[in-house]
Amino acid sequence: MTAPLSLAAAIAGQAAGPDGYARLEVGEAAWEALAAGCAAGLHDLSALWADEGLIRMALSDSERALRAIASLRPEGGVYPSVARHHAPALRLERAMRDLYGMRPEGLPDPRPWLDHGRWPGRLNDARYEFLPADGEGLHQVAVGPIHASIIEPGHFRFTANGETVVRLEQRLGYVHKGIEVLLAGADLERGARLAGRISGDSTVAYGWAFASAVEAALGWRVPPRAVLLRAIMAELERMAHHIGDVGAICNDASVIAIHAQCALAREDVLAIAQACFGHRLMMDRIVPGGVTDDLSPEGIGTVRNLVGRLDATRAEIRRVYDSMPSLQDRTVTTGITRPELVRQYAAGGFVGRAAGRAFDARKTFAYGPYGILDFALSTRTAGDVDARLMVRLDEIEESVRLMSQLLDRLTPGAICSEPPALVAGEGAALVEAFRGDVFVSVRLGSDGRLARVHARDASSFQWPLLEAAIEGNIIADFPICNKSFNCSYSGHDL
Amino acid sequence: MTPAIVVQFLAQGAQMFLVLLIAPLAVGVTRRVKARLMRRQGAPLLQGYRDLAKLVRKESVLAESASWLFRTAPYLVFALTWVAAALVPSFASGLMFNWAADVVALVALLGAARALLALAGMDVGTSFGGIGSSREMMIATLAEPAMMLIVLTFAIAAGTTRLAGVADFFIAEPIAVRVSLALSLVALVIVALAENARIPVDNPVTHLELTMVHEAMVLEYSGRHLALIEAASMLKLTLYLSLLICLFVPFGMAPAAAGLGGWLIGTLAWSAKLLLGAALLGVWEVSIAKMRVFRLPDFLGVAFVFAFIAILLAYLSRGATV
Repeated sequence: MTAPLSLAAAIAGQAAGPDGYARLEVGEAAWEALAAGCAAGLHDLSALWADEGLIRMALSDSERALRAIASLRPEGGVYPSVARHHAPALRLERAMRDLYGMRPEGLPDPRPWLDHGRWPGRLNDARYEFLPADGEGLHQVAVGPIHASIIEPGHFRFTANGETVVRLEQRLGYVHKGIEVLLAGADLERGARLAGRISGDSTVAYGWAFASAVEAALGWRVPPRAVLLRAIMAELERMAHHIGDVGAICNDASVIAIHAQCALAREDVLAIAQACFGHRLMMDRIVPGGVTDDLSPEGIGTVRNLVGRLDATRAEIRRVYDSMPSLQDRTVTTGITRPELVRQYAAGGFVGRAAGRAFDARKTFAYGPYGILDFALSTRTAGDVDARLMVRLDEIEESVRLMSQLLDRLTPGAICSEPPALVAGEGAALVEAFRGDVFVSVRLGSDGRLARVHARDASSFQWPLLEAAIEGNIIADFPICNKSFNCSYSGHDL
Repeated sequence: MTPAIVVQFLAQGAQMFLVLLIAPLAVGVTRRVKARLMRRQGAPLLQGYRDLAKLVRKESVLAESASWLFRTAPYLVFALTWVAAALVPSFASGLMFNWAADVVALVALLGAARALLALAGMDVGTSFGGIGSSREMMIATLAEPAMMLIVLTFAIAAGTTRLAGVADFFIAEPIAVRVSLALSLVALVIVALAENARIPVDNPVTHLELTMVHEAMVLEYSGRHLALIEAASMLKLTLYLSLLICLFVPFGMAPAAAGLGGWLIGTLAWSAKLLLGAALLGVWEVSIAKMRVFRLPDFLGVAFVFAFIAILLAYLSRGATV
C-alpha cells in the first residue's frame, strides 16, 4: 500500500492562488500518496474531474485551512484510481470514465455510472448488475426511477429481510443533461445562466460559486455592496429551503400541521424574493462582477420584517416539535450516519454537521462577507433524522442573525463592476449552499470563453451515506430518512 | 300482518342504503376538518361522491399478470363490507334482520374481506402490494383478538352478542360509568383506527408507497375496481363509527317497537353522532404523527390489554352481582 502524503506536506509552502487553492502538478506516485492521504484522514477529497487530458483532484484540509488542486497528466487517459484507496471517489471516477473516457487503473467497480447505455453512438447495453446480497429470506424491492410525488428521478434497490433493509443501492444518472459540455465554449453570460441551473434549489449558491471562480481567474473586483447582496440572497435561499425541508420531514411522519405551517413560511420567503429581486428563487441574479438587482430601501424593510416573521415561525415549530413525542419517536435514532463515514466522505451541510463534522464553507474557508460576521456553526452528534432536522432549525436561527448584520452593513454603492480584460486563467470556489458545500472550478480560454467548468454538488458525498444510513432500518422509514438528506439528483447527475 | 312485514322490510332496506349513502359524506367531513385545521380550504363535503362517480366512469386497467382473483376481489370486498355495515344498528335496534347482526358475524365478514384484499394485493406480484399485504395481515392478527375480547365484554354485560340486544340493554339501563366499558371504549377506538388505516397506524393520504399499508395493497387498482374498494373502505369507517355509537352512545336509537316517528328521530340522532365522530377523527389525525411500523404491535397490544382487563372486570363484577 502506498504511504500516505498529507496535503500540508505536498503544498510545502507553495502560495495559494487568489481563490485560496494552491495548484500542484503531481506525478503518479504523489497522486497515489495523496489519495492514500485522503483514506488516512489527513485531508478531505473535495472534487475529482477530468480536464483536457488532465485528471484533477481538489483536496482540502479544514484544520489547517489549506486547499489545493492536484493535477496529473495521465498517459492515454490511464491513471491510478483514487477510489482504490478512498471509496468516496468511486462514483466520481465512474462518472469521469463514462463522460471523458478516463481509465482509472484499479477502480474497484467496473460498472458505468451516468451512462445508462442509451446515449447515441455508444455501445453499452450490458445489463446493470446490482450488488448481490446473500441470505435466507431476502427479497428485493425496486423503487423508482419515477417516484410517487413530483420529484426528480432516481432508482433505489432495496434488499430487505421482511421489513428490515439489508442493503440499499442507488442508481442515479437519470437527470444527466450534459451541463459540463454545454458550459465548455460558452461565454461568461451563458456560463452564469447554466451554472444557475445545475440544481434549481441551490441556484444562488451555484451562481455565487461560478461568479467567484471567474472573478478569481480574471482578478475581477466586486463592489462591496454586491458582496453583501450575494450573501443576503444566499441566506434567503438557505432559510427558504431549510424551512421547507423541516415541513417535508414532518409530513413524512404524517404531521401535516407542521408541514402546512412550513409551506406557508417558505412561500413567504419566495414571494419576498420575487418582490425584492424579481425572481422567486433568485435565479440569474448573481453574475460575474456583481449582482443584477439592487435591494431598495423599502426592500430592506420588507426583508427585515420577513426575517422577524420567519424567526417567530421557527420558534413556534420548534416548540410544537418538542411537544410531540409521537413525532420525535419517528425521527430520533432513525437513519443514523456514523461519524467515521461522515469524516471519510467529508459530507457537508446538515448531513455532516448532524454527525459532528464541524465544517461549513462559510466558517472553515470564509468567503465573501462571512469572515467578519458573527454566527455560530451548529453541530449535533446523534447523526439521525432528528439531528439533521435540528441542525436545519439552528441554521435558520443563525441565518436570521446573519441577515440583520448584512442588512445593517449595506451602504449605497455600485452593485456590479465592469469586466477586466479577458485572459486565460483558472479559478475555483467553494460556497455553502443550504444542502452543503458546492465546488465550482473554472478554466478560461484565451478568447475569454469558458474552456472547462466542473461543478460538484454537496450531494455527491451525501448520497452514498444515505445508503449506509438506512441499513438496519425498516423500509417504511426510508422516505423520512431520504427527506432528511434531501440530496439533489440534478446537481449530482449534471 | 303483511303490511307490517313490508314496513319492516323497507326499514331494513332503508338502513342498508342509508349507510351506503352517508359513508362518503363521513369521509368528506373528516377530510374537510383536517384541511381546515391546516388552514386550507379543503375539498367540498360531497367530494367523496364525485370521486366514486368519476372512478366508476373510468376504464379499469389490469396488469397482465392479474388473475381472476384480482378482478373479483373488489366486488366481494365491497359486498362483504356492505353487508357488515348494514347489519350494525343505526337508527333502530329491532329491525328485521337484527338477529343476524351478531358481533362475531361482523368480525368474520370483515376478516373475510380483508383476507381477499390481501390476496389481491399479492396477486399482481408487485413488491409494494406484497409489502402492503404483509403489513395488513400483521395489523389484523393483532387487532382481531382485541376485537374479539371487546365483543365478549359486551356479551357478558348484556348477555348476548347481538348488537341490537346490546344496544337495547344499554338504552333500557342507562347505567353509570363502568370501568370495563371505559376500557373497552379505548380498546375499540384503537382497533377502529387500525382497521380503517388511519393515523397513527397508516396514513390514508400519503403518496409514499414504502410507508403505505392499505393503499399499497390497492395500488394496482383503477377505475370501477378502485371505486368499489374506495366505497368499501368508506363503508368500513361508517361501520366502525356506527358500532361505537351503537355500543357507547345509543341514545336516540329507536327501540324495537318504534314507528315511523321514532325511526326519523333515530336517523337524525345517528347521522349527527356519526358526522361528529368523523369530525373528531379529523382533529385526532392532525394532532399526532404516524407510528413506525414496528411500533404498531405495542399500540395494538395496548388495545388487547385494555380489552383483556375489561373482560376480566366485567366477568368479576358479574360474579359479584349475580
